[in-house]
Parts: sequence; C-alpha cells; structure tokens
Amino acid sequence: MELVAEGRETLIQPPDLNEFRRWNRTQKPKALIDKRMGEYDAIHKFVYDGAYIGTELYGTVRAPMSLCREIIRQGFKDLRVAGQGVYELDMMAAAGQLKEIDWTYIGLEVYGLSASLRRAVESGQVTKVVEWSNAAISWRFKAAAMGVPFLPTRVMLGTDTFNYSSAKAVKCPFTGHTLCLLPALILDVGLIHVSRCDKYGNSQVDGISGFAAEMARASKRLIISTEEIVDEEVIREKPENTIIPYYLVDAVVEAPFGSHPGEMTYKYERDEAHIKSYYQDSRDPEKVKTYLEKWVYNLKDHQEYLEQVGDATLSELAFGEEK
Amino acid sequence: MNKTAYNANELLICIASRLMADNSTCFIGTGIPMLSASLAQKRHAPNLISVFEFGGMGAQLEKLPLAVGDMRTFNRGLAAAGICDIMETAQRGFIEYGFLGGAQIDMYGNLNSTVIGEHDHPKVRLPGSGGANDVGSTCWQTIIIMQHDKRRFIPQIDFVTTPGYLDGPGGRERAGLPPNTGPYRVVTNLATMGFDPESKWMTLLALNPGVTVDRVKENTGFELIIPDTVKENDPPSNEELRILREDVDKEKFYI
Repeated sequence: MELVAEGRETLIQPPDLNEFRRWNRTQKPKALIDKRMGEYDAIHKFVYDGAYIGTELYGTVRAPMSLCREIIRQGFKDLRVAGQGVYELDMMAAAGQLKEIDWTYIGLEVYGLSASLRRAVESGQVTKVVEWSNAAISWRFKAAAMGVPFLPTRVMLGTDTFNYSSAKAVKCPFTGHTLCLLPALILDVGLIHVSRCDKYGNSQVDGISGFAAEMARASKRLIISTEEIVDEEVIREKPENTIIPYYLVDAVVEAPFGSHPGEMTYKYERDEAHIKSYYQDSRDPEKVKTYLEKWVYNLKDHQEYLEQVGDATLSELAFGEEK
Repeated sequence: MNKTAYNANELLICIASRLMADNSTCFIGTGIPMLSASLAQKRHAPNLISVFEFGGMGAQLEKLPLAVGDMRTFNRGLAAAGICDIMETAQRGFIEYGFLGGAQIDMYGNLNSTVIGEHDHPKVRLPGSGGANDVGSTCWQTIIIMQHDKRRFIPQIDFVTTPGYLDGPGGRERAGLPPNTGPYRVVTNLATMGFDPESKWMTLLALNPGVTVDRVKENTGFELIIPDTVKENDPPSNEELRILREDVDKEKFYI
C-alpha cells in the first residue's frame, strides 16, 4: 500500500498481535475459575508503574470509579492511558499519576474543561499527548479485538487531529481512495464496570454498551467491577446478554454504586451535587488535594467510601422498583 | 410579529431546530442540539431519529440528557447499541445531519476544539476531538452552532480538530473524506451562514432579528461573502417558546 501521509507521533503502545495470541493462549485460563476478589487485591495484582491502562465509560455513565480510586490510593506512577476520560482521569492527573495519553476527549462535559488535566498538560507533567477521535480509539480497540494490526477508516483525514496522531494514511489497494489506518491498541490493563456478572466474570451490561465489548477483547488483563455478582444460572438464562465472556476476565470485584458519583443505567442517577463540588475543587490544586484526601486516601476501600457518601444520599440516587 | 421576549439561547435553539427535517437521522451532542432536536420532535418532526455516539438511537427526548451516554439518550429508544455501531452507521452514509461546536472556526468551516496556542506548549488545553472529527468526517451535512465573535471566527485556527472544507474546493475529497459531505450551516447568536457551492467559503444567509450586516462583519475575523439579498430569521414563535419552556426544558437547565 502506498503511504500518503502519517501522523508525527510514535505509538505509545505498539501492537504485537502474535504476542497477544501467545498471551491469550497461555495467560488466560479457559477453566471456570472463581475470580472474585477485593479491589485492593485486584488492582495490586494487575496494575503496575508504567502500565498502559484503559477505563471504559461514557462521560460519567458506568464509570469504574471504585477501581480508579483504588489505583490512586495505591499510588502507581507513570501510567499511560487512553481517554475518553472524565472525572477518573482528572483525579489521576491531580494525583500526578499520568505520563502519556492517547487523547480523544477529556473534559467534564456540561461543566467544561478538565482543570487538573489541563494543569498537568500545560505544565509538562504529562510528557506526551497523542490525538485521536472517539471513533478512532474505539476502532483501535476493535482492531485488537479482531486480532489484526490496524483498521482502515474514513475519519481523521486532512486534519491536525491526524497530524498529531500515530495514524497513517494510505492509498487503498482495491479502490485507490485514501484511507486512514488506525493501529490496534492492546491494553496492559482494562477496567470496566458492568451491571451484573457471575463469579467467573461472565458480564452483562444494561442499556447502551459504549465500547465495553471491544475494550474487553483488547485487554491483556481485565478487571471487572460489578453492581452485583449473580448466580451462574442467571447468566445462563439469558446468555445473549453476555457481552464479556469469562475467559477475558482476570478479576471480579463487587462494587454496588461503583460508578458513583456517576450514574448506572436503570440503577441510580448521578450525584450532581458531588460532581459539582468536585468540579469546583478541581480548579484549585490545593482544594483538589483536599478532595482526594477526603474521598480517596483517607478511606480504606469502596465500602468506607459508600459509608461516607451515606445511605440517605445513596437511596435518593437509586431508582425505585418501577424503573 | 411575535412580541414575546426570548433569550439568546432560545433563539439559537429555535433556529437550529427548524433545520431538522422529519424522518431524518441526526447525530447530536449535549447542549443546544439536544434541545433543538427535542423541540423539533414535539413540533414539526415527530419522527426525527436522534443518534448519540455511545449507542442511543431513536430516543423520545422527553427529558433532556445531561451527557451523551446517559439513559435519556435511549429513553423509549429504537436501539441501544455501542459506539462502534453508531460510528460505522455514520461511515456507511446513514446519518444525514451532524451537530458540532468549537472554540474557533475559519471561513471553510474547519473547527478547533483541541488547543489554543501551540499543541506542545498550549495556552489552553481544550477537551479534544471526542466524536467531533468523526461527525465532521462522515455525516452528510454538519450544522455548527457557535457564539459569534472575532476571537472565534478567524482566518487561521490554531488546530484543525474537525474537517470543514479543509483548504477549499476539493479539499475534503483530496484528503480522502467521503464525497459530497461537509458543513451545511453555521448558526450563531447573530446570523445563519452557509457555504458558497463553488468556493466553499462561508456566506451570510440570514440575520437574526435586530442584527445588521455590519454587526456580523464586525464580529467576523475573515471576510464573509455577503449576497445581494440577505434574509431575516423569524424570531421564535409563541408556539416554539411554549413548547420549549413548558415541555422541552421545564427544569430550566439550559434556557
């Protein structure tokens, strides 16, 4: 294929599909193994300094917040991330954990810019920012999920988003048209919050599914947090709802309200007051530290976090039975 | 003539809403496009199919979504898919309209939502493309909603996040983008603009009530094409305002 143009950045995480196949054969047991563990153990076991991690979410929806708070609590350094990020990446930036970012959208939606991340980028604490679009990053996961090194697409062409990426444009060998090739993105660790799963990791997501299916298949290690752990029979009754089969999963962490302060489809709405107060704190580097002390470092685990949020707030956020 | 007072957001919402045709697919984000789509559904386009990037399709926009992935984006919807399916649907040519915003725009409708200043030493790091580049690349016609002033409407934007007509006629095709796509309208607090079919240069089409051609020129950092006849946008009608205030945004999140 004739190369037409290329983005200026080297890949933060170059894909090795043969190594990925070998990994999937040797490091991902096909036996049904009970993978339940606490969030401390799950994060301690699979995340490491310099790891390339991915969080699957859409804005504040179905965000693996309890797992992200645990990553901050354990203080890993030099993380490389793909975002699509909202509060979780802003908090990691405030905690000084991020080094390189494959960037699609990082902001606080209706509340505007992501202040901690903005400081981390403008100050040079984040040393590398590579641009992509949302479709691009999802298709990069899809390429990895398909087990191929790239996907040809029709986005990003002709723009600075392309120029500041690691994509390449080529002439299509069949049609002669110019295409944007997106390299597969294989994560060291993927974090996904789901509606329900069994102890083996068979996971179901209610409502829209974002990029959960693709990212799960693009992760060397996959940590699932779940609103509830259900009996295997519940999964077997409706297997068509299982978008993440067990063999992709390395750890299952039970985390009711795990997306708090974000929301969870059919379960609870987002905690607008909490989000607003985080947004205000995040604009001041000292205040955001105080927030992290109060809501992350001073708490042992997600259980203590929920106790601090309080039953009154949680039951107000929860949808009634009729939903 | 409608005597009811209205605010700037209400005007933008109504003008954008009138561009949404019934029985069409419309890729929308949070904020004004959502309100416009909801107003259109309740007024002239009951079968307007809203498409949200994280998978919501064909929602009945009874309550306003606060985020592009929240439950309201597939409320009583036709399908709840994922982002790949939605983006691939746009890439296959199924999505007619796409809504976009940005911090800067040039005369060819190219948009910046990535960075002010140099990319590597930014003055302001903005949220980035998100789905904007995808919408601007693959939807048939994009409608851009922006505040109209000289800092935003400039001849040389700092970063081309999302493609308009790139460097002018044929620019999109040369880059490999799907043919016959590109910016259709720019809706601002001052006026509605289109793009000259030959030169792809931004062209004034209609003034908002009370706005003069000179005021639009003063607030645009590049030369606009000003045709001999410039229409005037109708102010929001009583019906539009009633639906908007009593139904679309009764919680007053946006208006």
